[in-house]
Amino acid sequence: MTTTPAKDTAVTAAALALGDDALVLSHRLGEWAGNAPVLEEEVALANIALDLLGQARVLLSMAGDEDELAFLREERAFRNLQLVEQPNGDFAHTIARQLFFSAHQYLLYAELAAGDGPFAPLAAKAVKEVDYHRDHARQWTLRLGDGTEESHTRMQRAVDALWRHTGEMFQPVEGIDVDWTGLETAWLEWTTEVLRRATLTVPEGPRTGAWAAGAGRQGLHTEPFGRMLAEMQHLHRSHPGASW
Amino acid sequence: MTHTDWPLWEVFVRSRRGLSHTHAGSLHAPDAELALRNARDLYTRRGEGVSIWVVPSSAITASSPDEKDPFFEPAADKPYRHPTFYEIPEGVQHL
Amino acid sequence: MATAAARDTAGSRAYDVMAADDTAAHQHAFDAAVAADERIEPRDWMPDAYRATLVRQIAQHAHSEIIGMQPEANWITRAPSLRRKAILMAKVQDEAGHGLYLYSAAETLGTSREELLDKLHSGRQKYSSIFNYPTLTWADVGAIGWLVDGAAITNQVPLCRCSYGPYARAMVRICKEESFHQRQGYELLLALSKGTPEQHAMAQDAVDRWWWPSLMMFGPPDDESQHSAQSMAWKIKRHSNDELRQRFVDICVPQAESLGLSLPDPDLKWNEERGHHDFGAIDWSEFWDVLKGNGPCNEQRLTRRRKAHEEGAWVREAAAAHAAKHMNGETGATRA
Repeated sequence: MTTTPAKDTAVTAAALALGDDALVLSHRLGEWAGNAPVLEEEVALANIALDLLGQARVLLSMAGDEDELAFLREERAFRNLQLVEQPNGDFAHTIARQLFFSAHQYLLYAELAAGDGPFAPLAAKAVKEVDYHRDHARQWTLRLGDGTEESHTRMQRAVDALWRHTGEMFQPVEGIDVDWTGLETAWLEWTTEVLRRATLTVPEGPRTGAWAAGAGRQGLHTEPFGRMLAEMQHLHRSHPGASW
Repeated sequence: MTHTDWPLWEVFVRSRRGLSHTHAGSLHAPDAELALRNARDLYTRRGEGVSIWVVPSSAITASSPDEKDPFFEPAADKPYRHPTFYEIPEGVQHL
Repeated sequence: MATAAARDTAGSRAYDVMAADDTAAHQHAFDAAVAADERIEPRDWMPDAYRATLVRQIAQHAHSEIIGMQPEANWITRAPSLRRKAILMAKVQDEAGHGLYLYSAAETLGTSREELLDKLHSGRQKYSSIFNYPTLTWADVGAIGWLVDGAAITNQVPLCRCSYGPYARAMVRICKEESFHQRQGYELLLALSKGTPEQHAMAQDAVDRWWWPSLMMFGPPDDESQHSAQSMAWKIKRHSNDELRQRFVDICVPQAESLGLSLPDPDLKWNEERGHHDFGAIDWSEFWDVLKGNGPCNEQRLTRRRKAHEEGAWVREAAAAHAAKHMNGETGATRA
C-alpha cells in the first residue's frame, strides 16, 4: 500500500463506491427472504446476498468502520449506483437488476484482480462469487424471457425499466484505474447476447438520464433509497454508541 | 397446477477429490441446469463438495424390498470370497 | 435412492392388498425391524397409520421451518450491525434449506411438496404454534435463537434416531447445521444483556415473552397428548413431551444465569429430591387458542406465505415452460 494522502483519499472514495454497491444490493436481496417464488430460490438469493455483504464488509473496512459507514451516513453520503437501490419489484425486476449489475461487477473485478492495486486481493476472491451471480441471472433471464407469454412480458418490462440506470455503471470512479470504455463495450456485448438468446428486445432508450448519469456516485439517489436507509439504520441509530 | 410442478432430482456430491459421489438428498428444479445450481446452493453452502451430479429421480431403478431375499441373501454364505476365510501358516508374510 | 423409490409406493401397496396373507408377515417384519432399532426405508412395507403419522409430522416440521423464516426475516433489514445482518441472513437461509430437506423426506412417503404446500396454505396442515408470536424487538431474534431453537434442538436430536430412515437422515443434517442457530441467539442476548440499560431491558423483555411459548413447544402434557404413545412404540418419537420439557428447563436455568437474565417463573426452583427444576403451571388454554388460529400472527403468517406462493406461480410456470421447449439443455455435461 502506498501511503501518500492523496492516494489514500482516492482509495477510500473507491472503496466506498464499490462497498456501497455491494451493501445496498445485498440489503435489497435480503428483502426477498420468505418471499421467493420457490424454496430453492430462497436459498440461491440468500447466497448471493451473503456474498455481496461479505464484499461490502471488506470494502467498507478499507474506508473506515464498517458499521459507522453503513448505519450513520446520511443518504447523500452514499456512493452506490442508483441501479442497485431500485426496489425489488417482481422477480423479473430483481433478475434484470442482477443481470445488469453482476455482468458489470464481473468485468470490473476481473480487471481489478488482474492488476496489483489495493483492490486486487478482494477482487480475486469476489470475481468467483460474482461469476456465479452472473450465471444465476443469465439462467433466469433465459427462462423468463423464453418461458411463457406472461414471463416474457414481465422480463421485457423489467429490462426496459432498468435500462436507463445502466450507463452510470461505466462512469469513471476516482481511485479505480480501469479501462471504463472497454468495460462498457464488453458489458454491452455480453448483455445484448443474453437478451437476444432470451428472445428479449434490447431497449432503444438512453442508458443514462439527466438524473441518472453519475448521480449515485455523487450522492444523488432515488426516492425509495431514503426509505430503505431509514429502515436499515433506525435500530442502530436509536442506540447511539451501543455494541451489538 | 400440476403442470407447473417441477420434477424431483437426486443430488450426489463428491465431498473431496479422491472420494466417490454420495447421495446428499433431493430437490426440485425445472431442468438439469437449474437442478445443478440449486444443488450447489443447497447442498454445498458450507463447503461440503467439489463436484455434483444431479439425476432425475424418475431415472433411477431401485431393487424392491420384496426381492430382498433372492437378491442379497445368496451372497451371505460364500465366506470363501473373504480373505479371512483362509488359514496361512504363521510367519508367512506379504499375503 | 430413497426419494426415487417413493413413486412405486402406491404400486407396492396395491400388491399388498392382493396378497392378504402377506400382510401379517409384513407386519411381523416391520415390527421386528423397529424392535431391532433398524431403519424403515421408503420402499419397505409399513402400516398405513405409520405412514400417515410420518407424513403429518414431517410436513408439520417442514411447514414450521418455512413459516419460521418470517418472524426472523422481519429483522434482516433492520439488523443493527453488518456482522449480525450476515448471521441472520445465513440463519434464515438455513431454515429454507431445512424446509427443503424435510419436504424431500416427506416426498419419499409418496406425497408431493406441492400437495403439502397446498395443505399448509389451506390450513389443513399445521406448523409450530410458536411462529404465531410476533418479533417485536431486535432482542426477539436472540430469544428465538436461544429458546425456540434450543427447544427445537432438544426435540430434534432424538429424531436423528427416528425409525424412518429419510426423516432421521434429514434430521442429522439439520441438527448439524442448527448448532450455530442457538449459539448465535445466546451470543446476541449476551451482548444486549451486557450492553446499555436499554439493551438489557430489551433482552429481558424478549425472554419474558418467549419463555412460556417455548415450553409449550414440547406439546401438551403426556397424559393429554393424543399421538404420543403410538409414536413412541413406532420409535418415531423417543422421549415423552414432559421428559423433553424437563430436560430443556434444566438446561436453560444455568444458561439464563450466565446471561444475567431472569426467567419469568416465580415457581422455578431446584428440587433436590427429583434432581430437576420444578417449574410453574403452563397456561394450556393459550396453547390451544393459538393452535386454533387465534394467536397474534396466525393470519399474517399464512397470508404472507400464500402471497409468496401465488406471486411466484408465474415464475415456476415460466421455468417449466422453458424446460419443455428446450428439452436438451445447453451444456449437457455428462458425469465427470
